Order: sequence, then C-alpha cells, then structure tokens
Amino acid sequence: MNYLYYPGCSLKGTGRAYDESLKAVCRALGITLSEVPDWNCCGATAYMSVEETRAHALAARNLSLADAAAADKGLKRDIIAPCSACYLVLAKTLHALDEQIETRVLVERALKAGGLDMPKAGLQVRHPLDVLVNDVGLAAISAKVKSPLKGLKLAPYYGCQLVRPYAAFDDQAHPVTMDRLMAASGAECVDFPLKTRCCGGSLTGTVPDAGLRLAYIILKEAKKRGAHAVVTVCPLCQFNLDGYQDKIAAEFEEVAMPVLYFTQVLGLALGLSERELGIQRGIVPAEPALAGRR
Amino acid sequence: MPLQQTMRYESERDRAFADWVESITGGENVKGCIQCGLCSATCPLSIYMDYTPRRLVNLARAGFKDEVLSSFTIWLCASCYACRAECPKQIKVTDIMYALKRRAIREGSYPRRFPIPILAKEFSRMIRGFGRTPETFLVADLFLRTNWLRFLDMIGLGLNLLRTGRMSFVPESIQGRDQLRRILDSVDGESAKEERAVKEAA
Amino acid sequence: MKSASNGSGPKIGFYICHCGTNIAGTIDVEAVREHAAKLPGVAVSKGYKYMCSDPGQEMIAQDIRAQGLERLVVAACSPNLHEETFRKAAAKGGLNPFFFQMVNIREHASWVHEDKAAATQKAEDQVRAAIHRVRFHKALEKKRVPVHPDVMVVGGGIAGIHAALTAANAGKKVILVEREATIGGHMALFDKTFPTLDCSACILTPKMSAVKGHPNITLWAYSEVTKVEGYVGNFKVTVKRKPRYVKEDLCVGCDACIDACVFKEAKFPDEFNQGLSKRKPVYLSFPQATPKVVTIDPKTCIQLKTGKCKMTCAAACDRKAIDFGQKEESKEVPVGAIILTTGFDAFDPKRHEYYGYGRYPNVYSALEVERLVNASGPTGGDVVLRDGRRPEAIGIIHCVGSRDEHTNKWCSRVCCMYSLKLAHLLKERTGAQVYNFYIDMRTPGKTFEEFYDRLLKEGVQFVRGRVAEVNDWAMTREEEGRLVIRVEDTLAGFVRRIPVDMVVLSQGLEARKDALDVRRIFNIGCGSDGFFQERHPKLAPVSTFADGIFIAGACQGPKDIPDTVAQAGAAAAEALALVDAGHVEMEPNTSRVVEEECSGCKSCVPLCPYSAITFDEAKKKASINEILCKGCGVCAAACPSGSIRQNLFEDDEIFGEIEGVLS
Repeated sequence: MNYLYYPGCSLKGTGRAYDESLKAVCRALGITLSEVPDWNCCGATAYMSVEETRAHALAARNLSLADAAAADKGLKRDIIAPCSACYLVLAKTLHALDEQIETRVLVERALKAGGLDMPKAGLQVRHPLDVLVNDVGLAAISAKVKSPLKGLKLAPYYGCQLVRPYAAFDDQAHPVTMDRLMAASGAECVDFPLKTRCCGGSLTGTVPDAGLRLAYIILKEAKKRGAHAVVTVCPLCQFNLDGYQDKIAAEFEEVAMPVLYFTQVLGLALGLSERELGIQRGIVPAEPALAGRR
Repeated sequence: MPLQQTMRYESERDRAFADWVESITGGENVKGCIQCGLCSATCPLSIYMDYTPRRLVNLARAGFKDEVLSSFTIWLCASCYACRAECPKQIKVTDIMYALKRRAIREGSYPRRFPIPILAKEFSRMIRGFGRTPETFLVADLFLRTNWLRFLDMIGLGLNLLRTGRMSFVPESIQGRDQLRRILDSVDGESAKEERAVKEAA
Repeated sequence: MKSASNGSGPKIGFYICHCGTNIAGTIDVEAVREHAAKLPGVAVSKGYKYMCSDPGQEMIAQDIRAQGLERLVVAACSPNLHEETFRKAAAKGGLNPFFFQMVNIREHASWVHEDKAAATQKAEDQVRAAIHRVRFHKALEKKRVPVHPDVMVVGGGIAGIHAALTAANAGKKVILVEREATIGGHMALFDKTFPTLDCSACILTPKMSAVKGHPNITLWAYSEVTKVEGYVGNFKVTVKRKPRYVKEDLCVGCDACIDACVFKEAKFPDEFNQGLSKRKPVYLSFPQATPKVVTIDPKTCIQLKTGKCKMTCAAACDRKAIDFGQKEESKEVPVGAIILTTGFDAFDPKRHEYYGYGRYPNVYSALEVERLVNASGPTGGDVVLRDGRRPEAIGIIHCVGSRDEHTNKWCSRVCCMYSLKLAHLLKERTGAQVYNFYIDMRTPGKTFEEFYDRLLKEGVQFVRGRVAEVNDWAMTREEEGRLVIRVEDTLAGFVRRIPVDMVVLSQGLEARKDALDVRRIFNIGCGSDGFFQERHPKLAPVSTFADGIFIAGACQGPKDIPDTVAQAGAAAAEALALVDAGHVEMEPNTSRVVEEECSGCKSCVPLCPYSAITFDEAKKKASINEILCKGCGVCAAACPSGSIRQNLFEDDEIFGEIEGVLS
C-alpha cells in the first residue's frame, strides 16, 4: 500500500514522536509513505484568520504538489495528514475548490503564477486512523499484534478538527474508530465523554487562563475514569495535554497523566520498541504506565 | 462606577456591515438564526467570551459593527467546529468567526495587547518567509513581543521540550520560497479583495 | 358594447373580470375587452368589477337568453376557484355548461407581472386562444354514479375513534381498521391531558367502549389495509387481518392464559409501557384494551417459534379461545368514503447523540415519562428512576427533533404544552426542582397561556436556550454522580451547567415511518415533511387530492387532541356529505377509445395511473372505464394510432387554442 504523506510542521518539531511512531507502524504493516516534496505549512487556524483566499492558495500548493507527485510515481491519490489541523485545512481547501467557483478560479490563477497545476478531482485527504482501520483493516492489524497491551486503560481523545466538520469516516460527536483500533491493540478504552471536546488548540499558548482549564478538564476526567494514559490523534492535542501538566498542577491539581499517540500504542502492540516509537519524548513519562503491560 | 448608557439608536447600526456579514463565506444562513444558544452552550470557550457566540451572531447580522469587531469573542474561538456541527439552522458559525477576525485585522479594530491577532499576523508573515512554522520559535517570538513576563514563564516548558528532543531553534524552510511568494502575491489580500467586491457591487 | 358577429361560427359571449384591482391594476381591462370584441364570432364583450358576484353571473345568463349566445368565455381568476360558478351561470342561461372556457388572467398574468403593457398583451393572447378554442367545444354531460353508503376509517387513535363514532351515529355502517392489537393510539398512553389536566383514560376509554358496542361499527384491530381499488363512492378495500392466535369472538380478556404461560416471569419489553416494564408472549396491552382480547406475539412465543411448548395457556382457557393454527386473513370490502387517521410517530431521541438517550439510563423520552407518571403505568405513577432513586432535580428539554434542520424542521406544536404538563406532574409527584429548557414558549391555544402562568407560579424554572449536551462529567461537588445539562441561558447571556437526576426529552412529532407506503396505497399526497397533504391548507383541510379520501389528526401534521377531534368530526362530516348524496358527479373530461381506429397495441394499458384501461381480448381493443378515468390525458397523448380522444382536449380544440394564441 502506497500513500502520499504530508507530515506538517508539528511532526517535525514538538510532534516528532508522532512522525516516528507513524512511520514505524506503517513499516510494520507494509505501508509505504511518500512525503510530499517540498510541502509548506498548511496555515493552520492562524492563516485563515488573516487571509481567506490566500489561505486556500497556501494549502492548494500542497495539494498540487501532492497530485503531481502521485502522477509522477503512480501512487494512490490519498494524502495522509496525521495532524488534525493539517487534515482539516487541506480538506477545507479541497471543499472550497469544489464548492466555491470564485475561490477555484483565483486559486487556479495563483498556482499558475507559481508554475503549478490545479489538483485534479479525486484527490483525497485521509487521516492515518481512517487508513489503518478502513484500508488496512482491524483483522489484518489484529493478526500482526504480537504483544497486546494487557490491562492498559486508555482515554480515547479525538479532539475537534479531525472529526468536525469534514470527516465522513466516523461520528462527529461520538467517534469510535480509535476505540476499535485500541481494542485491537489489546488495550481497553474507558467510557470517555470528552472525546471530541476541544483541548484549547493554540489558545493554551496564547491565553493560558482559558486553554489550561480545557486541558485540565480532559486530563482530570481521564484520570477519574481510571485511564492510565490519554491517547490522541493530533500533535497539538498531545502537546497541550502533555506539555502543560506542571502548570495545571500549579493551578488546579496534579494529574500526572501520560499522553500517547495512537500510533505509539499500536506500535507497542505490534512489537516495536519504545525507542522506535518515541515513547521517551513524553514530558510526562509514559514508561511507568506501560511497564509490564506487554 | 460611572453610569453607562446601553440603549442603541437605530442610526448606530451599520447596515452595510450587516449586508457584508450575510455575503461572507459561511454567512449565508445567518438571517435564519433563531437565537437558541446551542452554539454558545456547545462552545468550550464561550465561558470566557464578552459576547456569547449567539449574541455575536445577533449583533453581527443587525450591524453593530464596533461591538462585534472589537470583541474578544472572535479571538477566543479555537475553531473546534462544535457549533457548526450542531447548529439547528446550519449556520457556519466558525466560518463567520474567521471572516470577522479577518475584518478586525484589516480594520485594526481588535482588542489591544491581546496576543492572538498578533500571533496570527506573525504566523502568516513567517509562512510567507519560510514556508514552514516551527511552533516553539513562534511562541517564543510572540511572548517576546507581547509580554516579557510570560516568556519567562514559558522557560520551563522550553526546557522540557529540549530534554525530550522536541524543540527546534531554527525555522525550517522550504525550497520553493519564491514560488510560494508568487502564489500568495498573485491573490488579492483581504483589503484588495474587499475593494474589488465593492467595485463589482457598484 | 356590442359588436356584430362576423363569420359563420357560433355566437360567442366574452366577459372580463376586474377582480377589484387584482386584475385591473395590472391589465388594461378595457383594451382586452375591445380586442376581444373584434375577434370573429364574438357577439358580446363586456367587463365587470366582480364577474363572480350575483349581478355578474346574472348578466351572463341574461345575455345568453337575450342574445342567443352559443359559447361563453370568461377571463378572470383560476378555474380552480370559479370554473364551476360560470358553468352554473351558463346553465342558468340555458347553455350547456361545457360550451364554456375560462381564461386565468389573474394568477397567470396580473399577479405575476408588473409591466402593464406586457401583461395586457399576454392577457389578449390568452383570451384569443380561448375564443378560438371555445368554438370547437361540444356539449357534454356530467356522469352520475351511485355511492356505496359505508365508510371506512383507518387508524384507531382518538381521531379514528371520533370519526367512526360520528359517522356511525349518523346511521352509517363504519369499518374501523387498526394496526395494533387495541385501539386508543397515543392518547391511551397519557395520564393527564393539557391544559385542563383531566384524566386521559377517563375521557378516552368510554369512547373506546362506545366503538366496541356500537351496532354500526365493525372493529378490525390488528389489521392493515393492503390495497385500495375503485374510485370515489365505490372503493374496494383489501384488509389484512393478522393472526392473534386467539379467537376474538371467544376471548373475554380474563388473563387466565397469561397467568398460565410457561414463562413464569414476564421478560419481554412491554411496548405499551415504552419498554419500562415486561410482558409475556401472551399479553393484553392494558386493562381497557379494546377489543379486550389477548394477543400472542409470534416473535417470543415458544409454540409459535418452535412448535414445542406445553401450551399451558391453551389448556388454561376454558373458552378454548387460543388457536395456534390461526392464519392471516385477507378481506375485501366495498366502501363509499375512506377517512385516514393514521397518526404520528414520536421522534426517536437516540438520533440526538448529544442528549445521551440510550447511554444514560436516567435520560427519558417524553413518552416514557407519560407512562412513568401514569397511575396505571409500570410504577403505578410513582416516579422512580431506572437506578431506583427519586429525582431531586429534573430537566425537561424541549424541541428534541423539532426546529432542527438536521432532523425535523418544523415546530411540533404540542411539545411546549405537554412539557408544561409533565413539569407540573413531575413536580407534584416528586417535589423535585423542575427546569424547562425551551427555545420559544408556544402556548397559542384556549387557556394554554393561563396554564403556562400557573406553572411559572408553581415555581418551575424556565431557561430559554437549546440544550447543547447532557453529560456526566462533573466540575463541582454537587454535579458528582448526576447528569449535567449545559445550556446558554440566552436571556441572561451566559452559559450555565445545571446538575439534574432525570432528563426528559420532549420528542417532536413526525410522520409515520411507513407514511409513504400508506400514501401510495391510498393514492394521496405527502408534503416534504412526510405528513399527508390536504387538498387546500385553508379551505379543504381534511380533503385530499383523491376524491372520497379524507384525512384527520396528526397524520396531516402535528396537532393536539382538541384539534385532532375537531378535524376528525370535519372529516366525518365530509364523508357523510359524500355518501348521503347517494351519487357523485364525475367530470366529463375523460378519454374514450374510437374502436374502429384502435390497433390493439396495448401501449396505453400500462400507462394509465388509475388502472382505467383494460384490454378486451375478444375484440382486441382497448377499453376505458369512464368512471375510473381522471382525465390526465396520458393515454390520448401516447396512443400511436390517435384513436384515443379526450373530452375537452380534442385535437380541434387544442389546435384552435394554438391558432388563437399565435394569430
């Protein structure tokens, strides 16, 4: 299986462990990822707050490069975007190019100015969660699970931008795809009503009063429901939940809750090493929670 | 405390602004809002807003431009799309928030010394320059610009990121920086876009 | 005002109506009149302020007599409104009413245009077409067809019960068909009715037993209509009678079989109690079920599933009423009129994921709460939660499945009021703090606002805002272990979190899941909302586009009990007017086959939407049943040999019209 891969800025920085674990899991499952050549930042939520059409042009450069690379190498025209913000922004631009004639015309002109073509119809933005569960399949994954994570209780946290408003592969309020994948990894998901509640996004850095409370609510509820760790699908969620726990302890209470990527948990179940999966990159160490689980 | 008059005269409504709100991406259903407040109730950040999303929609469609553009509300929207997903009248509240942010930046009417609009501007400036954004670099830059004390406050986090190998110091950049600039510059910016729209309408 | 008739055709009278300013405001009526006066054959051309008024009609009748007019054209409003009026005026003057053509210059011209000159031009074109056409009209007669005097009512809720009793009291034989094991419908589930709080059972059950005991009513419960053939006044209805596995004429509903059932404990969800209690495979829905006959559920009965039960129920019945060999029966009955009262479905609150119905046991649907507060319900009216606790705080959420473009767009009309009723009952029974979460409080009925006022004064809390979610994650000590309602108090302008022990979801009303199938069986229309479409929203609210088929109650749209009963009475009156007339008049715009020209190709037969065309195998010719024909014209247009002609749409008439408009 071959996919285009759009890592996004976070996976090259704070979300490095996501990049490492996703690649390791894909290797183990026989998925080839071809990184979109010379991709640029998707623009996240900030660029759209300043410029609208330019934001679409910015995202469209990636789509165009991806499409060209797919044609060049004869790849499936599915772009895997692991970061929820990237996933949403790229999908939003695909929708805008499809639905808003004016945007399409302006973006086409802009790409032309850069010597690029419009991405052709049929190009898709996919999240690795969707690809793993719906393309690879839980049965195939279960067959490769070597060391199921016995007794590991996880709070499945999907965050907002993956499921809303574009993801068609799961419910917008009560998604279950990750729950199923975690179950295949041998872990147990606790009933977690805050699955899709916002982690604070970029506000945790900019308006900590508001952001920290959102992160705290998610973490304390995960703890209350008996989770050993929170498992996420997005680098910003991971960063917000993992990176500010000392501040949360100072302001609210100590939660000491490791925050993993779903690819890390799956990788462990597939028998990969903690090092390969970047487990050591957690600010709140996950090792104690994982010890003796496999 | 000095008394404040809250009554509004009809002449204080900016009808052109109300029309504009209806014309923006996502503004198409705004007239149909029944003010049920579902958006506010589902919003995880409404508890900090000066106007709840529902009130903001009502003010915007009525043309109370100053209240809307200078509000904290639009900058507290984290784009989680919960309101849009559940709105019974299918109003794209998140997209309206984006359009209001752009307008506030264009008119310079956002709240002073509030970091988010500054971050947004800085972020897009960086993308134009490098094509990518190292978040840690960006956050540091932001706090240096807005609040020195906050920068000091963040040092602990920085050290943690450093320890776990998640910190990057130099902004990564792409090969096609000129290409990206050509692409971005060939599109009208917000103010030029607005001028064109006004011209077309006339 | 008169112009000489030039040409040899029939003498035509032309009349143009001003309709006040409705027509004259946009069309130069005088110009059109003059234009018509000059057309060949026009002997009289007159205008009048209101042609439909008595003097207008009288003018036409007198001119026909005095001038010897042979054709009549009236340019006015829609024929839907006044075609019949002017036909009568023609007949009054001694002219065959079908020597008349109406021109709609109001809906088709004056109302839809602003440019006076262009609108006048268009009206002249329309008038010319009609004047050319009317020359070719032939004298026609309406057919009179006898009507079967019996009435069928489909659906045994309060609407069907009331309609059946009204018609039966007027001396008509009525067949009442009900799908469920008992009549009573939704009303039978309720404890009290708003706003008077009178006991639902006390006012409903006497009417149910009146149905059972009425000599003119045949009650077929546990039955469904599967086919309707025929036409107004003469329907042939096929009814499927599902097997109860109990002989209705022998069973007295004594419960002996239920007690004797091999299942010692009731273990299957009781539909009547909304699943809040259990029943056995052999059951009686509720004590006042009508007919009072037990039913055996084939999905859970061991004998019916496996054939290997000791059949202790049958042994216990001293009247030998249990019959496991009972088969489905199909009955065909002739009736003259049909009243559909098939009711509504309550919105399934599971569709609103974020209210937690089905996830949190203490989130209830309003229908469940109706049973919970009901003195004959699963707890005898004691409000105890699924987890055994008594609620100290209760939140009632309005508009669940109403006013929402994701589910149902409409206001369900009754929820505000029944939510107030439930708030009152729950407060009375539990002493709990009760909150109502509403978007807009709608109390437009007799003494409804007074009831709202009473609830306000009783101390029920009202929060204006649509609830975003019901969750179980606590932020404060008082929220621990409870359900939390998150809502914007829109009047206060901030978000509130309100902990409660019980949530009631006020489900909206929607069309029955199978409304589209039922619509097809009866050949009536549905709106985009799925409810049955009335013929006219104001002037024919219980008629449908299928003559002889009437609708009443919530199958036409959400409504409360008084409105439902009023509609049911109206539908019964309409049905009585039809069957009491003894005959119906059929429009003569039907098709006929000119036998000598028919090639016997049969292409028309499957095209007819009313199954009016049959093929005569002996003569090898198509044949059209004039009574069934609705005059849609499909066959006439499709016939390859042109051997099908349609009255009022003959070739010369249509060509005349085209010539007129183009000349």
